[in-house]
Amino acid sequence: MSRFPLNRIINTQTVALAGVLLLNWILFPGFFKIEWQDGRLFGSLIDVLNRGAPVAILAGGMTGVIATKGVDLSVGAVMAVAGAVAATMVDAGHSTAAAVAGALAAGLLCGIWNGVLVALLDIQPIIATLVLMVAGRGIAQLITEGSIVTFSDPALIYIGTGSFLGLPMPVVIAFLLMLLATLAVRRTAIGLFIEAVGVNRSAATLAGIRSRLLLIVVYSLCGLCAAIAGIIVAAYIHGADANNAGLWLELDAILAAVIGGTSLLGGRFSIPMAVVGALIIQAMNTGILVSGYPPEFNLVVKAGIITLILMIQSPFATMVLAWFGRGEKRSLRCTAACARSWQQSPSSSSPMRRPSCSFRRCFPRVSWAIS
Amino acid sequence: MNAARVWVTNPRHDNARPAGIPAGFVAGPRRRGKHGGSELTQTAFRMEARGVSKVFGNNTALDAVDFGLLPGEVHALLGENGAGKSTLIKILTGAYQPDGGSIHVDGVEVEFDSPLDAQSYGIGTVYQEVNLLPNRSVAENLFLGHQPTRFGLVDRRRMDREARVLLTRYGLDIDPSSELGMHSVAVQQIVAIARAVQLSGKVLILDEPTASLDRDEVQRLFEVVSGLKQQGLAIVFITHFLDQVFALDARVTVLRNGKLVETSELGEMTRTDLVRRMLGKDIAFSGSTSLEAERAFDEVLMSFTDYGRKRSVQPFTLDVHKGEVIGVAGLLGSGRTEMARIMFGVDPADSGSVTLRGKAVSIKAATDAIGYGIGFCPEDRKADGIFGDLSVRENIVIALQGKLGWFRALNRDEQLELAGQFGEAMDIRAASLDMPVKLLSGGNQQKVILARWMATDPDFLILDEPTRGIDVGAHAEIVRTINRLRNDGMALLVISSEIDEVVAYSSRVVVMRDREMVAELRGQEINPGIIVQAIAAHEEAST
Repeated sequence: MSRFPLNRIINTQTVALAGVLLLNWILFPGFFKIEWQDGRLFGSLIDVLNRGAPVAILAGGMTGVIATKGVDLSVGAVMAVAGAVAATMVDAGHSTAAAVAGALAAGLLCGIWNGVLVALLDIQPIIATLVLMVAGRGIAQLITEGSIVTFSDPALIYIGTGSFLGLPMPVVIAFLLMLLATLAVRRTAIGLFIEAVGVNRSAATLAGIRSRLLLIVVYSLCGLCAAIAGIIVAAYIHGADANNAGLWLELDAILAAVIGGTSLLGGRFSIPMAVVGALIIQAMNTGILVSGYPPEFNLVVKAGIITLILMIQSPFATMVLAWFGRGEKRSLRCTAACARSWQQSPSSSSPMRRPSCSFRRCFPRVSWAIS
Repeated sequence: MNAARVWVTNPRHDNARPAGIPAGFVAGPRRRGKHGGSELTQTAFRMEARGVSKVFGNNTALDAVDFGLLPGEVHALLGENGAGKSTLIKILTGAYQPDGGSIHVDGVEVEFDSPLDAQSYGIGTVYQEVNLLPNRSVAENLFLGHQPTRFGLVDRRRMDREARVLLTRYGLDIDPSSELGMHSVAVQQIVAIARAVQLSGKVLILDEPTASLDRDEVQRLFEVVSGLKQQGLAIVFITHFLDQVFALDARVTVLRNGKLVETSELGEMTRTDLVRRMLGKDIAFSGSTSLEAERAFDEVLMSFTDYGRKRSVQPFTLDVHKGEVIGVAGLLGSGRTEMARIMFGVDPADSGSVTLRGKAVSIKAATDAIGYGIGFCPEDRKADGIFGDLSVRENIVIALQGKLGWFRALNRDEQLELAGQFGEAMDIRAASLDMPVKLLSGGNQQKVILARWMATDPDFLILDEPTRGIDVGAHAEIVRTINRLRNDGMALLVISSEIDEVVAYSSRVVVMRDREMVAELRGQEINPGIIVQAIAAHEEAST
């Protein structure tokens, strides 16, 4: 893993994030200033992380779903449900732990519902999750009985506004979740299975992968992530707003996952890059806010920058870049694989040493991009 | 750059569109091809490729290949997968631009920017998978993009009338307003040809048109092709079936490893001559070898009793012994694939029982079957077999990883080790284990799927049409692999449409007809005549 650390860190997403941050800095020179006050850090950068955390958490779950060639439109509504459950439970006198557990269970249940519709009933994901997108807010309103339920439970509020080691709690939670999720998919076979199901579900089933179970698990985890984000948002405003909590955030989450390099056609995915995608979106929001431009520009500028990022990632741009870099850049991974097979079996019968590829004349990435 | 080309003959060169080919590519001594340069100067080629090259990265897919196409000929393009056939076709049809050399139509140098561009020069192509709209009418498919109009609206009646005239010319008596998808693949194929000829009219390129046709349909297609040949069309024909090359009496061009081997008339050439040229070596051609006398059956591995599924396959009873190959013969739709799917548990059986080494087991899902040591290579490689975007490595380890479960992950090094080991055993030709499997040729993809199951160390392997759509070399290798696995003590069930092939490797043959197992042949009974009789018995009775 540590063979090409630079190669792993520098990519379109991180460069785009750096670019957006740099732009913010140009427009607002104090952007990178971070202060230490009352035992925690303050500053625009911390703000980006803090405000971006809910979408980052959503994006983590959403990436898994999109990698299976699905999509979950219900995450915003599930956030509202989870917030409503947590708020009404603490107000009813339950302990904070019970309230959080209840909210998480509600999110998990919503996820299982989505998963069952998609995996067992074979309903198209966009329709299956649309059901809960619409119904979810209704359920949340029923739970809160139509009003905004406020609460003053300090432990619950701490989740949204407290800090740990100087960092806001939402940032800490999002970071830990990202770490946990990445390890969970990459240190087990789940990541490979998700990609396999996303690329070709029928072949995955025939190869002995329990696709249905996998889909249910993936949608459940997405629901769980939404619930966590919902609790954070509710805790942040000290109340559950069934109508507005998480409104349109499903779209930000999808966008973050796509900026993170996950194709809506399923297959390859990266949770850390989706989180970077979420931060790009939030950095733009914050940047426009602090730079003093009138808020009317907000959405248009955001759309423009996102279009630019997506253009850079498009197959067309890959082709153009490949054309400029042809003949020079060898694919490092490819070279490594060839070198390995060379070491293992230098005999000329090795499949790696056919005319198309010898150790030195390795198949470059260029031709993959063209085809 | 033209000065270097001594055999540029056509005076109409001034009409030529600007050729933007860098001069450096053409310079240097060039091999003229074994058929000699003099022929080139005299024959009026309808279409000609002169020294075309195509390089992908460091991989030379096509190396200074000459290819001339005469009017009124069928020209078969032969070669193993990866020989450069499809690259050449893609250059001729404008899908790729050559890195060197030039394309001439009627002696005039041209440059195609896109397939549409090539079409305007009279080059039409029909691909293996019919590229039409199955849910629209036959007439609409024929005229799509240039429908006859009346007052700015599509004149449906005139379109149907013209379509009918056109179709009769191809010997098709079908209703032009019927939905295309209703008709057989052969009819769809002919409609596609009619459309291509109508749109272009000088050159017709047929890319494996017979891959999904049965024998009668192939015959019908050949009649159409012969008719077009007589009309003076130049036809390029790509196929994996050598018999068809002889049936069409085609001129042949053989490519190997991106280089031109030979262009010649068939003349006295035999199948073996062609195969030798394609492979550059002699192979024992499958179908010519016959199995030694009846083999003694080993112990019973699995036994299916009255095993069946409603609306899928009638209950069948079959014992599978260790170290035997059971061939399954039958027409498409006879229930042979369904039988395999029931055995593998993808469509679980609803009647009967199955035992494994004498113990009753239940196979309700693919995961059960894999757990009991069964493997299954599906018929449709692209739809059910490979994971196109995933790497060769991941494609090979996936079934084993599925067997190990979610939490006992193979790490990258272990995956490379496994993929390398089984990839080498199967002789998979890939530039790298980390390249997407979709970039491999069909034969290599099939080997990847075989390697995938080898990695799970199965006792019983079900292969559904393992040799469909792959070239002669890979075909022979897969037949060899089947024999090797049998000798290693594995039980195999092989479904195939090619009866010669079934005869060559089976120790028993099961014949399917109308979703029912109708015969089980052993020993001396295993010969093409008896199998055909068993398959056809019903049709004969009904006529």
